[in-house]
Amino acid sequence: MKAIGVILAVAVSLALQTTAARFLVRGSVAVDLVLVVVVYVALTSGPATGLLSGAIAGLAQDALSSSVIGIGGLAKTLVGFLAGIVGTQFIVTASIPRFVVFFGATVLHACVFMGLYELLDLRHFGTPYAVVAGQATANAVIGVVAFQIGELLPGAVERRRAGKSRLRR
Amino acid sequence: MAILDLRQRSGYLFLVVTLGQILLISAQVNTKSGVPVIEKVTFGIFSQVQLGLSHGFSGIRNVWTGYVGLRNLKVENDALKRDLASAQIAVQEQRALADRTRGLERLLELREQVTLKTVAANIIGGAATPDFRTLTIDRGTRDGIRTDMAVIAPAGVVGRLVVPSSRASKVQLLIDRNAAAGAIIERTRAQGVVVGSGDDRLRLEYVSEVADVVAGDVVVTSGIDGIYPKGFVIGRIEQVEKTGGSYKRITIKPAVDFTSLEEVLVVLAPTQRETGEGASE
Repeated sequence: MKAIGVILAVAVSLALQTTAARFLVRGSVAVDLVLVVVVYVALTSGPATGLLSGAIAGLAQDALSSSVIGIGGLAKTLVGFLAGIVGTQFIVTASIPRFVVFFGATVLHACVFMGLYELLDLRHFGTPYAVVAGQATANAVIGVVAFQIGELLPGAVERRRAGKSRLRR
Repeated sequence: MAILDLRQRSGYLFLVVTLGQILLISAQVNTKSGVPVIEKVTFGIFSQVQLGLSHGFSGIRNVWTGYVGLRNLKVENDALKRDLASAQIAVQEQRALADRTRGLERLLELREQVTLKTVAANIIGGAATPDFRTLTIDRGTRDGIRTDMAVIAPAGVVGRLVVPSSRASKVQLLIDRNAAAGAIIERTRAQGVVVGSGDDRLRLEYVSEVADVVAGDVVVTSGIDGIYPKGFVIGRIEQVEKTGGSYKRITIKPAVDFTSLEEVLVVLAPTQRETGEGASE
């Protein structure tokens, strides 16, 4: 059941990434929704689920991007695995630690992804510090907001019912 | 049960998955034969999802624009009528100018002209990862589309086709890091190569240090790359820097706003100069 949820989340993020690309890529700031989902899954479900979701999401992105299939997959596998370990070894429940994890995960992903392309002499990225910093910040903000929404939504209905019953009394 | 064991041994799982992907990368890097089959199959399947989503979104947008967004219709209609009137005047001016040019061409015996056969396409998706600047269009091989065909918009050059499937195709935008086009500066005819930088700007490379280039100059395609037809606008020079080497460092602002593209034209016919009349769809 959980596996289906993870695959669904990755598929939805991939669909959103492609259909809403014009809103997600603005100048040098480009959000990677799929990466956000991978880190989210890793933090909530652990390293095994994180690395598997990273591998699936990365391979799917590679296949859709005319790129070498496996480079994005490898980068996201590593990110999913490490984010999962961070999620199990440290308390990552406040917004700032979550922001740091999302930010760090994006930077690590960029290092592995761009590093492999440069290493294999397939693509050159110049000095993408500003681009990576912009993407990391945007991903981190979206990740933190996603966690807030994820935590608020399940209790929202109960809280509303409780509020209504208090008013009746 | 076996899956549970794997979950507990995430380190081993990580090693297996990583090794598998390294092998996958190795297999592809050594291959230099066109588009991988797995990519074409995945793209073919996913393009159907993109088509469905695009139709869904355009349906919602049609409802919005057709019913909800009609509040300012009167004001917009008046403005459009004014625009139409001025456009009609401009068309008449252009027609007169074209007649005069044709007369001059006949006078100079310049019978050679460029004709392009194009097909219109809607954009149904963007790039799956922000590191690649691509988009997906709703035309494929069954519409006569092939790899390396040029894609243009009314404002200028958009990119080239990289992966065509039967009903959809992937377009590499000119702003992608791996994209390039032969270019010429319209005012001075100085030649160079326009390359994508991965963000929303282009670079013009291999322009001599002594070439006459200033900010504001229009850059058009030179046609020497065999992909893009000659004379189509790429953009306007934004910045010219002297590097001290043999070439200038030139930044171009693209003529096309890639974030608001909805329809494009795919150039079907060869880009070499032809004689006689051509057709355009």
